[in-house]
Amino acid sequence: MEGQMEQAVSMPKLGEKAPDFEAPTTFGVLKLSDFKGSWVIMFSHPADFTPVCTTEFMAFAQIQPELKKRGVELLGLSVDSITSHIAWARNIQEKTGVKINFPIIADLNKEVSAKFGMVHPGQSKTETVRAVFIIDPNQVIRLILYYPLSTGRNMDEILRVVDALQIADANKVATPANWRPGDKVIVPPPQTQEMAEERMKAGFECVDWYFCKKKL
Amino acid sequence: MACVNPDGKPSESGVKMLGALKSGRASADDIAAASGMPLFRVRSGLRELAEAGYVAGSDGSYSLTEQGRALV
Repeated sequence: MEGQMEQAVSMPKLGEKAPDFEAPTTFGVLKLSDFKGSWVIMFSHPADFTPVCTTEFMAFAQIQPELKKRGVELLGLSVDSITSHIAWARNIQEKTGVKINFPIIADLNKEVSAKFGMVHPGQSKTETVRAVFIIDPNQVIRLILYYPLSTGRNMDEILRVVDALQIADANKVATPANWRPGDKVIVPPPQTQEMAEERMKAGFECVDWYFCKKKL
Repeated sequence: MACVNPDGKPSESGVKMLGALKSGRASADDIAAASGMPLFRVRSGLRELAEAGYVAGSDGSYSLTEQGRALV
């Protein structure tokens, strides 16, 4: 429409610094850089006072103690207002007993949503999809999920990938498909011919020189 | 604002942060450790308290102003 400015939409990528922002939240005005030094899971939901979103908020609240043990903070977002967020959090607590104790961004002007590619017009022109950004203590984006409006996210997977990322960072390893804490991890493949020769004698559990596992 | 009410007075969490500065200059990390509040809340709270005149900050550490000292 004439006179209407379009928000520049970006799709942040893994390994990039998460774009900083300053936004009103239910915990006051926050910047993403306020979270530097902690892991943070920034996640969006389509709308307050809707059923799938309510189950997700309850589920995020229920894993929050486990996330805190891992040094991970939660930061929610939707394009609803602060007043709506406060009313909804109070409603969830009143009706279900689950307290929402993490900040929720009120992204009314879609400034943060645009920076993180959270609005997908094929799903909705006005609401954010169910996005998850796992951001490390250096503010680098480490994992991105985009779920559709119809499908609530899985907290087991979110906890699992947090563990996987933290184990990988701490031990310089990778994790195989369906990895769970306690399972063997993947030893990074050798990058030179000499290292490939040495790998087979290193005592790892190897299918071949490029595919070895070990127990931590 | 989370730490300063619309009337300009610190909220409960704001008073907690001011209390952590009672014994002298401290960093956001020190205040988080002393108050038990998450670091992100302390950083944003200190900004609000500084804007409202209760703390002064430089080089990563903060101290109470006279206005802040009057409250703790």
